[in-house]
Amino acid sequence: MHRLSAIVARGLRRTYGGTTALDGIDLDVRPGTVRGLLGPNGAGKTTAVRILTTLLRPTGGRAEVAGFDVVTHPRQVRRSIGLVGQHAAVDEQLTGRQNLELFGRLSRLGAKAARARAAELLERVGLDHAGPVSAYSGGMRRRLDLAAGLILAPSVLFLDEPTTGLDPRSRADLWRAVRELAAGGTTVLLTTQYLEEADQLADRITVVDAGRVVAEGTPGELKARLGGERLVVVVRDAERLAQAAAIVGRATSAAPEVDQDTRRVSAGVGTEGVRVLTAALTALSEAGIEAEDVTLRRPTLDEVFLDLTGGDAR
Amino acid sequence: MTAVPVTEGPLRRLGLALADGWTVARRDLIHWANQPMTVVFGVLFPVMITLAFGYLFGGAVDVPAGADYFAFLMPGMYGMTMLFGLGSTMVAVATDASRGVTDRFRSLPMAPSAVLVGRAVADLLHSVLVLAGMLACGLAVGWRPATLSGALGAAGLLLLLRFALLWAGIYLGLVTRDPGAVTAVQTLEFPIGFLSNAFVAPSTMPGWLGAVAEWNPLSSTVAAARELFGNPGWGGDSWIARNAVPMAVVWPLVITAVFFVLAVRRHQRLDR
Repeated sequence: MHRLSAIVARGLRRTYGGTTALDGIDLDVRPGTVRGLLGPNGAGKTTAVRILTTLLRPTGGRAEVAGFDVVTHPRQVRRSIGLVGQHAAVDEQLTGRQNLELFGRLSRLGAKAARARAAELLERVGLDHAGPVSAYSGGMRRRLDLAAGLILAPSVLFLDEPTTGLDPRSRADLWRAVRELAAGGTTVLLTTQYLEEADQLADRITVVDAGRVVAEGTPGELKARLGGERLVVVVRDAERLAQAAAIVGRATSAAPEVDQDTRRVSAGVGTEGVRVLTAALTALSEAGIEAEDVTLRRPTLDEVFLDLTGGDAR
Repeated sequence: MTAVPVTEGPLRRLGLALADGWTVARRDLIHWANQPMTVVFGVLFPVMITLAFGYLFGGAVDVPAGADYFAFLMPGMYGMTMLFGLGSTMVAVATDASRGVTDRFRSLPMAPSAVLVGRAVADLLHSVLVLAGMLACGLAVGWRPATLSGALGAAGLLLLLRFALLWAGIYLGLVTRDPGAVTAVQTLEFPIGFLSNAFVAPSTMPGWLGAVAEWNPLSSTVAAARELFGNPGWGGDSWIARNAVPMAVVWPLVITAVFFVLAVRRHQRLDR
Protein backbone atom coordinates (compact mmCIF):
# COMPACT_ATOMS: atom_id res chain seq x y z
CA MET A 1 0.00 0.00 0.00
CA HIS A 2 0.91 3.61 -0.46
CA ARG A 3 3.01 4.82 2.47
CA LEU A 4 2.40 8.40 1.39
CA SER A 5 -1.36 8.21 1.83
CA ALA A 6 -3.26 9.25 4.95
CA ILE A 7 -6.19 7.04 3.92
CA VAL A 8 -5.86 3.96 1.76
CA ALA A 9 -8.63 1.54 0.85
CA ARG A 10 -8.40 -1.44 -1.46
CA GLY A 11 -11.49 -3.29 -2.59
CA LEU A 12 -13.39 -2.31 0.54
CA ARG A 13 -16.61 -4.31 0.78
CA ARG A 14 -19.42 -4.47 3.26
CA THR A 15 -22.59 -6.50 3.13
CA TYR A 16 -25.49 -6.56 5.58
CA GLY A 17 -27.23 -9.88 5.26
CA GLY A 18 -28.08 -9.97 1.57
CA THR A 19 -27.62 -6.26 0.85
CA THR A 20 -24.34 -4.87 -0.40
CA ALA A 21 -23.60 -1.43 1.03
CA LEU A 22 -20.04 -1.17 -0.28
CA ASP A 23 -19.08 -3.08 -3.38
CA GLY A 24 -15.29 -2.77 -3.54
CA ILE A 25 -14.06 0.78 -3.02
CA ASP A 26 -10.51 2.03 -3.60
CA LEU A 27 -9.29 5.27 -2.05
CA ASP A 28 -5.94 7.04 -1.83
CA VAL A 29 -6.02 10.29 0.08
CA ARG A 30 -2.78 12.23 0.36
CA PRO A 31 -1.95 13.80 3.73
CA GLY A 32 -3.09 17.38 4.22
CA THR A 33 -5.70 17.27 1.48
CA VAL A 34 -9.50 17.40 1.60
CA ARG A 35 -11.30 14.54 -0.09
CA GLY A 36 -14.99 14.78 -0.86
CA LEU A 37 -16.98 11.55 -0.94
CA LEU A 38 -19.99 12.58 -2.99
CA GLY A 39 -23.06 10.49 -3.51
CA PRO A 40 -26.81 10.16 -2.97
CA ASN A 41 -28.45 8.60 0.08
CA GLY A 42 -27.64 4.92 0.31
CA ALA A 43 -24.53 5.19 -1.88
CA GLY A 44 -22.38 3.72 0.90
CA LYS A 45 -20.72 6.93 2.11
CA THR A 46 -21.55 6.44 5.78
CA THR A 47 -20.62 2.76 5.63
CA ALA A 48 -17.20 3.74 4.25
CA VAL A 49 -16.68 6.30 7.04
CA ARG A 50 -17.76 3.80 9.70
CA ILE A 51 -15.24 1.26 8.42
CA LEU A 52 -12.42 3.80 8.18
CA THR A 53 -13.12 5.01 11.74
CA THR A 54 -13.05 1.40 13.11
CA LEU A 55 -16.76 1.42 14.03
CA LEU A 56 -17.61 -1.30 11.53
CA ARG A 57 -15.64 -4.23 10.15
CA PRO A 58 -15.37 -4.61 6.40
CA THR A 59 -16.56 -7.93 4.99
CA GLY A 60 -13.86 -7.70 2.33
CA GLY A 61 -10.86 -5.66 1.26
CA ARG A 62 -8.63 -3.68 3.57
CA ALA A 63 -8.00 -0.14 4.70
CA GLU A 64 -5.28 1.85 6.43
CA VAL A 65 -5.72 5.17 8.15
CA ALA A 66 -2.68 7.18 9.28
CA GLY A 67 -0.55 4.16 8.46
CA PHE A 68 -2.48 1.64 10.58
CA ASP A 69 -4.77 -1.15 9.48
CA VAL A 70 -8.31 -0.39 10.67
CA VAL A 71 -9.07 -4.03 11.49
CA THR A 72 -5.83 -5.19 13.11
CA HIS A 73 -4.78 -1.93 14.82
CA PRO A 74 -8.01 -0.09 15.65
CA ARG A 75 -6.58 1.53 18.79
CA GLN A 76 -3.72 3.13 16.88
CA VAL A 77 -6.16 4.35 14.26
CA ARG A 78 -8.38 5.87 16.98
CA ARG A 79 -5.41 7.81 18.35
CA SER A 80 -4.96 9.49 14.97
CA ILE A 81 -8.51 10.29 13.92
CA GLY A 82 -11.40 12.57 14.73
CA LEU A 83 -14.99 11.75 13.79
CA VAL A 84 -17.86 14.13 13.29
CA GLY A 85 -20.89 12.02 12.44
CA GLN A 86 -24.33 12.77 11.07
CA HIS A 87 -25.86 13.21 14.51
CA ALA A 88 -24.40 15.69 16.93
CA ALA A 89 -22.99 12.91 19.11
CA VAL A 90 -22.82 14.88 22.31
CA ASP A 91 -24.37 14.44 25.74
CA GLU A 92 -27.47 16.65 26.03
CA GLN A 93 -27.38 16.77 29.79
CA LEU A 94 -23.86 18.15 29.99
CA THR A 95 -22.57 21.59 29.10
CA GLY A 96 -20.34 21.98 26.08
CA ARG A 97 -17.31 22.24 28.35
CA GLN A 98 -18.28 19.10 30.29
CA ASN A 99 -18.74 17.21 27.03
CA LEU A 100 -15.30 18.15 25.73
CA GLU A 101 -13.65 17.41 29.07
CA LEU A 102 -15.30 13.98 29.09
CA PHE A 103 -14.10 13.14 25.59
CA GLY A 104 -10.67 14.57 26.39
CA ARG A 105 -10.29 12.39 29.46
CA LEU A 106 -11.45 9.36 27.50
CA SER A 107 -8.85 10.22 24.87
CA ARG A 108 -6.39 9.78 27.76
CA LEU A 109 -5.29 13.41 27.85
CA GLY A 110 -5.38 13.51 31.66
CA ALA A 111 -7.72 15.73 33.68
CA LYS A 112 -5.67 18.91 33.48
CA ALA A 113 -4.84 18.69 29.79
CA ALA A 114 -8.47 17.73 29.02
CA ARG A 115 -9.67 20.88 30.78
CA ALA A 116 -7.21 23.08 28.93
CA ARG A 117 -8.03 21.48 25.57
CA ALA A 118 -11.78 21.88 26.20
CA ALA A 119 -11.37 25.58 26.95
CA GLU A 120 -9.21 26.08 23.87
CA LEU A 121 -11.62 24.30 21.53
CA LEU A 122 -14.72 26.00 22.96
CA GLU A 123 -13.17 29.36 22.26
CA ARG A 124 -12.18 28.25 18.78
CA VAL A 125 -15.74 27.23 17.87
CA GLY A 126 -17.26 30.24 19.63
CA LEU A 127 -19.07 28.32 22.37
CA ASP A 128 -17.06 29.45 25.38
CA HIS A 129 -20.04 31.20 26.94
CA ALA A 130 -22.75 28.70 26.01
CA GLY A 131 -24.68 26.76 28.66
CA PRO A 132 -26.17 23.25 28.65
CA VAL A 133 -26.26 21.48 25.29
CA SER A 134 -30.04 20.93 25.59
CA ALA A 135 -30.44 24.67 24.92
CA TYR A 136 -28.11 24.69 21.87
CA SER A 137 -29.31 25.41 18.34
CA GLY A 138 -28.58 22.88 15.58
CA GLY A 139 -25.60 24.90 14.40
CA MET A 140 -24.14 25.14 17.90
CA ARG A 141 -24.50 21.40 18.40
CA ARG A 142 -22.67 20.75 15.16
CA ARG A 143 -19.87 23.11 16.19
CA LEU A 144 -19.56 21.32 19.53
CA ASP A 145 -19.52 18.02 17.67
CA LEU A 146 -16.72 19.32 15.46
CA ALA A 147 -14.79 20.44 18.54
CA ALA A 148 -15.25 16.95 20.02
CA GLY A 149 -13.76 15.51 16.82
CA LEU A 150 -10.73 17.76 17.21
CA ILE A 151 -9.85 16.87 20.81
CA LEU A 152 -6.77 14.88 19.87
CA ALA A 153 -5.68 17.30 17.13
CA PRO A 154 -6.21 14.38 14.73
CA SER A 155 -4.07 13.97 11.65
CA VAL A 156 -7.11 12.57 9.82
CA LEU A 157 -10.58 14.04 10.35
CA PHE A 158 -13.76 12.35 9.11
CA LEU A 159 -16.86 14.48 8.57
CA ASP A 160 -20.01 12.56 7.69
CA GLU A 161 -22.48 14.94 6.02
CA PRO A 162 -21.41 17.74 8.35
CA THR A 163 -23.76 20.42 7.00
CA THR A 164 -26.96 18.41 6.51
CA GLY A 165 -29.79 20.34 8.12
CA LEU A 166 -27.71 23.44 8.88
CA ASP A 167 -28.78 26.97 8.02
CA PRO A 168 -26.61 28.79 5.44
CA ARG A 169 -24.69 30.77 8.03
CA SER A 170 -23.79 27.74 10.15
CA ARG A 171 -22.81 25.95 6.97
CA ALA A 172 -20.48 28.79 5.99
CA ASP A 173 -18.95 28.69 9.50
CA LEU A 174 -18.30 24.98 9.16
CA TRP A 175 -16.81 25.37 5.69
CA ARG A 176 -14.43 27.98 7.08
CA ALA A 177 -13.43 25.65 9.90
CA VAL A 178 -12.70 22.82 7.44
CA ARG A 179 -10.56 25.11 5.29
CA GLU A 180 -8.58 26.24 8.33
CA LEU A 181 -7.97 22.65 9.38
CA ALA A 182 -6.82 21.67 5.92
CA ALA A 183 -4.54 24.69 5.80
CA GLY A 184 -3.06 23.49 9.11
CA GLY A 185 -2.17 20.13 7.55
CA THR A 186 -5.11 17.98 8.69
CA THR A 187 -6.27 15.37 6.19
CA VAL A 188 -10.04 15.64 5.84
CA LEU A 189 -12.46 13.14 4.38
CA LEU A 190 -15.95 14.54 4.13
CA THR A 191 -19.06 12.94 2.77
CA THR A 192 -21.76 15.07 1.24
CA GLN A 193 -24.80 14.93 -0.99
CA TYR A 194 -24.14 18.45 -2.17
CA LEU A 195 -22.04 19.03 -5.26
CA GLU A 196 -21.50 22.62 -4.21
CA GLU A 197 -20.07 21.57 -0.89
CA ALA A 198 -17.62 19.14 -2.44
CA ASP A 199 -16.75 21.80 -5.01
CA GLN A 200 -16.09 24.41 -2.30
CA LEU A 201 -14.01 22.27 0.03
CA ALA A 202 -12.48 19.27 -1.65
CA ASP A 203 -9.13 19.03 -3.42
CA ARG A 204 -10.37 15.85 -5.03
CA ILE A 205 -13.84 14.33 -5.22
CA THR A 206 -14.70 10.65 -5.25
CA VAL A 207 -18.21 10.08 -6.58
CA VAL A 208 -19.85 6.93 -5.22
CA ASP A 209 -23.08 5.31 -6.27
CA ALA A 210 -24.58 2.00 -5.15
CA GLY A 211 -21.41 1.11 -3.24
CA ARG A 212 -18.98 1.72 -6.11
CA VAL A 213 -16.69 4.53 -7.15
CA VAL A 214 -18.12 5.94 -10.38
CA ALA A 215 -15.73 8.86 -10.85
CA GLU A 216 -12.80 10.55 -9.23
CA GLY A 217 -11.02 13.80 -9.93
CA THR A 218 -10.58 17.42 -8.99
CA PRO A 219 -13.77 19.50 -8.97
CA GLY A 220 -12.55 21.14 -12.19
CA GLU A 221 -12.04 17.78 -13.91
CA LEU A 222 -15.48 16.54 -12.92
CA LYS A 223 -17.13 19.77 -14.03
CA ALA A 224 -15.35 19.66 -17.32
CA ARG A 225 -16.83 16.21 -17.88
CA LEU A 226 -20.27 17.69 -17.34
CA GLY A 227 -19.83 20.71 -19.57
CA GLY A 228 -20.04 23.17 -16.70
CA GLU A 229 -22.69 25.85 -16.23
CA ARG A 230 -25.24 27.19 -18.70
CA LEU A 231 -26.43 30.75 -19.19
CA VAL A 232 -30.18 30.94 -19.78
CA VAL A 233 -31.86 34.16 -20.97
CA VAL A 234 -35.63 34.60 -21.43
CA VAL A 235 -36.35 37.52 -23.79
CA ARG A 236 -39.51 39.61 -23.34
CA ASP A 237 -40.05 40.36 -27.03
CA ALA A 238 -40.15 37.22 -29.23
CA GLU A 239 -39.16 39.23 -32.31
CA ARG A 240 -35.76 40.04 -30.85
CA LEU A 241 -34.95 36.41 -30.02
CA ALA A 242 -32.58 35.94 -32.99
CA GLN A 243 -30.69 39.10 -32.11
CA ALA A 244 -30.45 37.98 -28.46
CA ALA A 245 -29.16 34.57 -29.58
CA ALA A 246 -26.40 36.23 -31.55
CA ILE A 247 -25.34 38.32 -28.55
CA VAL A 248 -25.36 35.31 -26.22
CA GLY A 249 -23.40 33.35 -28.80
CA ARG A 250 -20.71 36.04 -28.98
CA ALA A 251 -20.47 36.35 -25.16
CA THR A 252 -20.21 32.63 -24.55
CA SER A 253 -18.26 31.72 -27.70
CA ALA A 254 -20.65 28.77 -27.97
CA ALA A 255 -23.52 27.92 -30.28
CA PRO A 256 -26.69 28.89 -28.35
CA GLU A 257 -29.84 26.80 -28.22
CA VAL A 258 -32.99 28.76 -29.02
CA ASP A 259 -36.51 27.80 -27.95
CA GLN A 260 -39.13 29.93 -29.76
CA ASP A 261 -42.10 28.92 -27.61
CA THR A 262 -40.56 29.94 -24.29
CA ARG A 263 -38.45 32.78 -25.85
CA ARG A 264 -35.41 31.13 -24.28
CA VAL A 265 -31.76 31.32 -25.33
CA SER A 266 -29.20 29.11 -23.58
CA ALA A 267 -25.53 28.31 -23.97
CA GLY A 268 -22.73 26.61 -22.04
CA VAL A 269 -20.35 29.01 -20.28
CA GLY A 270 -17.56 26.65 -19.20
CA THR A 271 -16.00 27.83 -15.95
CA GLU A 272 -16.29 31.51 -16.78
CA GLY A 273 -19.91 31.88 -15.70
CA VAL A 274 -19.97 35.23 -13.97
CA ARG A 275 -17.71 37.02 -16.47
CA VAL A 276 -19.79 35.74 -19.39
CA LEU A 277 -23.04 36.62 -17.65
CA THR A 278 -21.91 40.21 -17.10
CA ALA A 279 -20.73 40.57 -20.69
CA ALA A 280 -23.96 39.14 -22.09
CA LEU A 281 -26.16 41.37 -19.93
CA THR A 282 -24.20 44.48 -20.87
CA ALA A 283 -24.45 43.64 -24.57
CA LEU A 284 -28.20 42.90 -24.34
CA SER A 285 -28.84 46.14 -22.51
CA GLU A 286 -26.77 48.14 -25.06
CA ALA A 287 -28.83 46.59 -27.85
CA GLY A 288 -32.01 47.59 -26.02
CA ILE A 289 -33.18 44.00 -25.56
CA GLU A 290 -35.22 43.47 -22.41
CA ALA A 291 -34.60 40.21 -20.55
CA GLU A 292 -37.45 38.74 -18.54
CA ASP A 293 -35.24 36.31 -16.69
CA VAL A 294 -31.52 35.56 -16.60
CA THR A 295 -30.05 32.54 -14.80
CA LEU A 296 -26.69 30.89 -14.53
CA ARG A 297 -27.60 27.27 -14.00
CA ARG A 298 -25.20 24.82 -12.44
CA PRO A 299 -25.57 21.14 -13.19
CA THR A 300 -27.65 19.57 -10.42
CA LEU A 301 -26.51 16.52 -8.50
CA ASP A 302 -29.12 14.51 -10.38
CA GLU A 303 -27.48 15.51 -13.64
CA VAL A 304 -24.05 14.58 -12.28
CA PHE A 305 -25.29 11.12 -11.46
CA LEU A 306 -27.24 10.67 -14.61
CA ASP A 307 -24.08 11.54 -16.45
CA LEU A 308 -21.64 9.53 -14.34
CA THR A 309 -23.79 6.43 -14.15
CA GLY A 310 -24.39 6.44 -17.89
CA GLY A 311 -27.89 7.85 -17.74
CA ASP A 312 -29.35 4.95 -15.75
CA ALA A 313 -32.71 5.85 -14.31
CA ARG A 314 -32.55 5.87 -10.56
CA MET B 1 4.03 8.12 10.26
CA THR B 2 5.10 4.85 11.78
CA ALA B 3 3.16 1.62 11.94
CA VAL B 4 4.76 0.31 15.13
CA PRO B 5 1.95 -0.38 17.63
CA VAL B 6 2.31 1.03 21.14
CA THR B 7 2.38 -1.81 23.67
CA GLU B 8 1.15 -1.56 27.26
CA GLY B 9 1.53 -4.05 30.09
CA PRO B 10 -1.62 -5.88 31.24
CA LEU B 11 -1.64 -4.17 34.66
CA ARG B 12 -1.28 -0.72 33.16
CA ARG B 13 -4.04 -1.54 30.71
CA LEU B 14 -6.34 -2.67 33.52
CA GLY B 15 -5.61 0.52 35.44
CA LEU B 16 -6.36 2.67 32.40
CA ALA B 17 -9.53 0.68 31.68
CA LEU B 18 -10.78 1.21 35.24
CA ALA B 19 -9.96 4.92 35.03
CA ASP B 20 -11.89 5.13 31.75
CA GLY B 21 -14.83 3.30 33.37
CA TRP B 22 -14.86 5.77 36.23
CA THR B 23 -14.72 8.70 33.77
CA VAL B 24 -17.82 7.33 32.01
CA ALA B 25 -19.59 6.76 35.36
CA ARG B 26 -18.65 10.27 36.46
CA ARG B 27 -20.63 11.59 33.52
CA ASP B 28 -23.82 10.43 35.26
CA LEU B 29 -22.74 12.08 38.51
CA ILE B 30 -22.35 15.35 36.56
CA HIS B 31 -25.87 14.80 35.15
CA TRP B 32 -27.16 14.62 38.73
CA ALA B 33 -25.36 17.81 39.67
CA ASN B 34 -26.65 19.56 36.52
CA GLN B 35 -30.24 18.35 36.96
CA PRO B 36 -30.74 17.67 40.67
CA MET B 37 -34.53 17.66 40.27
CA THR B 38 -34.30 14.55 38.07
CA VAL B 39 -32.59 12.73 40.95
CA VAL B 40 -35.12 14.05 43.45
CA PHE B 41 -38.04 12.82 41.32
CA GLY B 42 -36.25 9.51 40.81
CA VAL B 43 -36.39 9.04 44.59
CA LEU B 44 -39.88 10.55 45.00
CA PHE B 45 -41.53 8.27 42.43
CA PRO B 46 -41.19 5.00 44.41
CA VAL B 47 -41.91 6.91 47.63
CA MET B 48 -45.23 8.13 46.19
CA ILE B 49 -46.15 4.65 45.02
CA THR B 50 -45.30 3.30 48.48
CA LEU B 51 -47.54 5.85 50.16
CA ALA B 52 -50.35 5.19 47.68
CA PHE B 53 -50.19 1.43 48.23
CA GLY B 54 -49.73 1.69 51.98
CA TYR B 55 -52.48 4.18 52.73
CA LEU B 56 -54.95 3.54 49.90
CA PHE B 57 -54.85 -0.24 49.40
CA GLY B 58 -53.23 -1.27 52.69
CA GLY B 59 -56.51 -1.45 54.54
CA ALA B 60 -57.89 -3.98 52.06
CA VAL B 61 -55.02 -6.48 52.38
CA ASP B 62 -55.30 -9.21 55.00
CA VAL B 63 -52.19 -9.28 57.16
CA PRO B 64 -51.60 -11.56 60.16
CA ALA B 65 -53.12 -10.18 63.35
CA GLY B 66 -51.15 -7.41 65.01
CA ALA B 67 -48.94 -6.71 61.99
CA ASP B 68 -48.89 -3.47 60.05
CA TYR B 69 -49.19 -3.61 56.23
CA PHE B 70 -46.16 -1.32 55.85
CA ALA B 71 -44.04 -4.00 57.54
CA PHE B 72 -44.94 -6.29 54.59
CA LEU B 73 -45.02 -3.61 51.95
CA MET B 74 -41.67 -1.89 52.50
CA PRO B 75 -39.37 -4.82 51.60
CA GLY B 76 -41.64 -5.42 48.59
CA MET B 77 -41.26 -1.81 47.51
CA TYR B 78 -37.50 -1.97 47.98
CA GLY B 79 -37.52 -4.90 45.57
CA MET B 80 -39.81 -3.03 43.16
CA THR B 81 -37.39 -0.10 43.20
CA MET B 82 -34.61 -2.41 42.07
CA LEU B 83 -36.89 -3.71 39.31
CA PHE B 84 -37.63 -0.14 38.12
CA GLY B 85 -33.86 0.22 37.57
CA LEU B 86 -34.12 -2.12 34.58
CA GLY B 87 -35.97 0.55 32.60
CA SER B 88 -33.62 3.37 33.57
CA THR B 89 -30.54 1.39 32.53
CA MET B 90 -32.20 0.55 29.23
CA VAL B 91 -33.13 4.20 28.56
CA ALA B 92 -29.58 5.38 29.24
CA VAL B 93 -27.99 2.73 27.00
CA ALA B 94 -30.52 3.13 24.17
CA THR B 95 -30.26 6.93 24.25
CA ASP B 96 -26.47 6.86 23.93
CA ALA B 97 -26.69 4.32 21.11
CA SER B 98 -29.37 6.20 19.14
CA ARG B 99 -27.71 9.62 19.53
CA GLY B 100 -24.31 8.42 18.31
CA VAL B 101 -22.67 8.91 21.72
CA THR B 102 -21.79 5.20 21.88
CA ASP B 103 -20.13 5.50 18.46
CA ARG B 104 -18.26 8.59 19.64
CA PHE B 105 -16.92 6.57 22.60
CA ARG B 106 -16.00 3.71 20.30
CA SER B 107 -14.04 6.04 18.02
CA LEU B 108 -11.89 7.23 20.96
CA PRO B 109 -8.69 5.47 22.05
CA MET B 110 -10.30 4.47 25.37
CA ALA B 111 -10.86 0.98 26.80
CA PRO B 112 -13.98 -0.41 25.05
CA SER B 113 -15.11 -1.99 28.35
CA ALA B 114 -15.43 1.46 29.95
CA VAL B 115 -18.79 2.09 28.29
CA LEU B 116 -20.32 -0.89 30.13
CA VAL B 117 -18.32 -0.54 33.36
CA GLY B 118 -19.24 3.14 33.57
CA ARG B 119 -22.93 2.42 33.06
CA ALA B 120 -22.86 -0.34 35.70
CA VAL B 121 -21.09 1.80 38.32
CA ALA B 122 -23.29 4.85 37.69
CA ASP B 123 -26.55 2.86 37.85
CA LEU B 124 -25.50 1.02 41.00
CA LEU B 125 -24.63 4.32 42.67
CA HIS B 126 -28.01 5.69 41.60
CA SER B 127 -29.76 2.65 43.04
CA VAL B 128 -27.89 3.05 46.35
CA LEU B 129 -29.19 6.61 46.44
CA VAL B 130 -32.78 5.64 45.63
CA LEU B 131 -32.69 2.72 48.08
CA ALA B 132 -31.43 5.07 50.80
CA GLY B 133 -34.35 7.40 50.04
CA MET B 134 -36.78 4.48 50.22
CA LEU B 135 -35.33 3.24 53.51
CA ALA B 136 -35.79 6.75 54.94
CA CYS B 137 -39.38 6.69 53.65
CA GLY B 138 -39.88 3.30 55.34
CA LEU B 139 -38.58 4.60 58.65
CA ALA B 140 -40.90 7.60 58.32
CA VAL B 141 -44.02 5.41 57.93
CA GLY B 142 -43.10 3.21 60.88
CA TRP B 143 -41.25 0.33 59.20
CA ARG B 144 -38.34 -0.93 61.30
CA PRO B 145 -35.52 -3.41 60.62
CA ALA B 146 -34.67 -5.71 63.54
CA THR B 147 -30.88 -5.59 63.40
CA LEU B 148 -28.33 -3.46 61.61
CA SER B 149 -26.41 -6.48 60.30
CA GLY B 150 -29.61 -7.99 58.95
CA ALA B 151 -30.51 -4.66 57.34
CA LEU B 152 -27.11 -4.46 55.64
CA GLY B 153 -27.47 -8.04 54.41
CA ALA B 154 -30.94 -7.30 53.03
CA ALA B 155 -29.70 -4.13 51.31
CA GLY B 156 -26.85 -6.17 49.82
CA LEU B 157 -29.28 -8.75 48.39
CA LEU B 158 -31.49 -5.98 46.96
CA LEU B 159 -28.49 -4.36 45.24
CA LEU B 160 -27.37 -7.77 44.00
CA LEU B 161 -30.70 -8.08 42.17
CA ARG B 162 -30.21 -4.57 40.79
CA PHE B 163 -26.74 -5.56 39.60
CA ALA B 164 -28.21 -8.56 37.76
CA LEU B 165 -30.98 -6.47 36.15
CA LEU B 166 -28.36 -3.93 35.08
CA TRP B 167 -26.90 -6.36 32.57
CA ALA B 168 -30.36 -7.24 31.30
CA GLY B 169 -30.99 -3.50 30.84
CA ILE B 170 -27.68 -2.98 29.03
CA TYR B 171 -28.34 -5.93 26.73
CA LEU B 172 -31.90 -4.85 25.90
CA GLY B 173 -30.78 -1.24 25.38
CA LEU B 174 -28.06 -2.31 22.97
CA VAL B 175 -30.41 -4.60 21.07
CA THR B 176 -33.25 -2.09 20.66
CA ARG B 177 -31.08 1.06 20.35
CA ASP B 178 -34.37 2.92 20.65
CA PRO B 179 -35.35 4.85 23.79
CA GLY B 180 -38.97 4.56 22.67
CA ALA B 181 -38.89 0.77 22.93
CA VAL B 182 -38.12 1.09 26.63
CA THR B 183 -41.73 2.07 27.28
CA ALA B 184 -42.68 -1.52 26.45
CA VAL B 185 -40.30 -2.88 29.09
CA GLN B 186 -41.34 -0.26 31.63
CA THR B 187 -44.98 -1.20 31.07
CA LEU B 188 -44.05 -4.76 32.00
CA GLU B 189 -42.34 -3.75 35.25
CA PHE B 190 -45.58 -3.38 37.20
CA PRO B 191 -47.13 -6.70 36.09
CA ILE B 192 -43.84 -8.44 36.94
CA GLY B 193 -43.92 -6.72 40.32
CA PHE B 194 -47.57 -7.62 40.96
CA LEU B 195 -46.88 -11.22 39.98
CA SER B 196 -44.66 -11.64 43.03
CA ASN B 197 -44.93 -11.60 46.81
CA ALA B 198 -44.08 -7.86 46.92
CA PHE B 199 -47.64 -6.64 47.54
CA VAL B 200 -49.79 -9.63 48.46
CA ALA B 201 -49.30 -13.26 49.53
CA PRO B 202 -48.99 -15.62 46.54
CA SER B 203 -51.26 -18.02 48.46
CA THR B 204 -54.16 -15.62 47.74
CA MET B 205 -53.64 -16.04 43.97
CA PRO B 206 -55.08 -18.86 41.82
CA GLY B 207 -52.90 -21.97 42.28
CA TRP B 208 -50.72 -21.88 39.15
CA LEU B 209 -50.38 -18.09 39.26
CA GLY B 210 -49.28 -18.29 42.88
CA ALA B 211 -46.58 -20.78 41.88
CA VAL B 212 -45.35 -18.47 39.11
CA ALA B 213 -45.30 -15.59 41.63
CA GLU B 214 -43.30 -17.66 44.11
CA TRP B 215 -40.71 -18.55 41.45
CA ASN B 216 -40.42 -14.94 40.34
CA PRO B 217 -36.80 -13.96 41.20
CA LEU B 218 -38.17 -10.75 42.71
CA SER B 219 -40.11 -12.86 45.25
CA SER B 220 -36.96 -14.58 46.47
CA THR B 221 -35.18 -11.25 46.99
CA VAL B 222 -38.19 -9.70 48.71
CA ALA B 223 -38.79 -12.74 50.95
CA ALA B 224 -35.09 -12.84 51.84
CA ALA B 225 -35.13 -9.11 52.59
CA ARG B 226 -38.16 -9.59 54.89
CA GLU B 227 -36.33 -12.39 56.65
CA LEU B 228 -33.09 -10.42 57.12
CA PHE B 229 -34.86 -7.17 58.07
CA GLY B 230 -36.77 -9.23 60.67
CA ASN B 231 -40.09 -8.21 59.12
CA PRO B 232 -43.08 -10.53 58.92
CA GLY B 233 -43.32 -12.65 55.76
CA TRP B 234 -46.23 -14.36 53.99
CA GLY B 235 -44.89 -17.79 54.97
CA GLY B 236 -45.50 -20.58 52.46
CA ASP B 237 -44.53 -24.24 52.50
CA SER B 238 -43.06 -24.53 49.02
CA TRP B 239 -39.37 -25.25 48.56
CA ILE B 240 -38.79 -21.92 46.86
CA ALA B 241 -40.48 -20.01 49.70
CA ARG B 242 -38.47 -21.87 52.34
CA ASN B 243 -35.15 -21.19 50.57
CA ALA B 244 -35.59 -17.45 50.00
CA VAL B 245 -32.13 -16.31 51.16
CA PRO B 246 -30.03 -18.75 49.11
CA MET B 247 -32.31 -18.22 46.11
CA ALA B 248 -31.94 -14.44 46.49
CA VAL B 249 -28.26 -15.09 45.73
CA VAL B 250 -28.74 -17.79 43.08
CA TRP B 251 -31.35 -15.97 40.95
CA PRO B 252 -29.30 -12.76 40.48
CA LEU B 253 -26.19 -14.82 39.75
CA VAL B 254 -28.05 -16.77 37.07
CA ILE B 255 -29.47 -13.58 35.54
CA THR B 256 -26.03 -11.96 35.64
CA ALA B 257 -24.37 -15.00 34.09
CA VAL B 258 -26.79 -14.95 31.17
CA PHE B 259 -27.12 -11.22 30.52
CA PHE B 260 -23.54 -10.21 31.33
CA VAL B 261 -22.34 -12.54 28.58
CA LEU B 262 -25.07 -11.38 26.18
CA ALA B 263 -24.42 -7.69 26.90
CA VAL B 264 -20.65 -7.96 26.54
CA ARG B 265 -20.93 -9.98 23.33
CA ARG B 266 -23.45 -7.53 21.92
CA HIS B 267 -21.18 -4.61 22.81
CA GLN B 268 -18.11 -6.28 21.31
CA ARG B 269 -20.03 -7.06 18.14
CA LEU B 270 -21.29 -3.56 17.49
CA ASP B 271 -18.73 -3.51 14.68
CA ARG B 272 -20.17 -6.61 12.99
